[in-house]
Amino acid sequence: MADLLTGAALFILVVTALGLFKVLRSEIAAERMMAVQLLGTGGAAAVLLLGAASSSPAMTDVALLLMLLAAVSCAAFAFGQPSLGPDASEQAEDEA
Amino acid sequence: MTSLANAFTLIAVGCGALLFLAGTLGLLRFPDTLSRLHALSKADNLGLGLIVLGLLPQAASFTGGLKLVCVWLLAQISAATASQLIAGVLYRRKLRP
Repeated sequence: MADLLTGAALFILVVTALGLFKVLRSEIAAERMMAVQLLGTGGAAAVLLLGAASSSPAMTDVALLLMLLAAVSCAAFAFGQPSLGPDASEQAEDEA
Repeated sequence: MTSLANAFTLIAVGCGALLFLAGTLGLLRFPDTLSRLHALSKADNLGLGLIVLGLLPQAASFTGGLKLVCVWLLAQISAATASQLIAGVLYRRKLRP
């Protein structure tokens, strides 16, 4: 059972690495944030599987931390972008 | 009973791994950023949900299982919020000339 769970964790790691490679090569900043999101989800799944395989419950905390870091970094990215503001967005809609 | 739980774990974890593969294939093959964001946020989070569901019978205690469910809930909420934020940034960039 532990071997199979470890195998599944390795499979998910490989798949996540493939996606990361593609997303990181992109020029768009938002796609790089998608890489962070992918790392959070895939990393949490792999860590949970490894924790179940080695029966160490502390790995669940690591998965929680990974998800939290991905969420916080995406929020920081969105707040760091220059925004149009409410007036400017109305103006842009009028022009469009 | 144990073998039944093990079979359930194997099936759910296998389906979750397949969904991760589907999400990555969408990420590699879809044409533009918004559809790639869609593939990423839907497929990967359903994959994580299936893996958590599969690991629940293996949890050592009730609190351990509850924590697994909490990881999944946090993943759902944060992925939905982050996808909206990223899509909003993309939308505002498109508005600007």
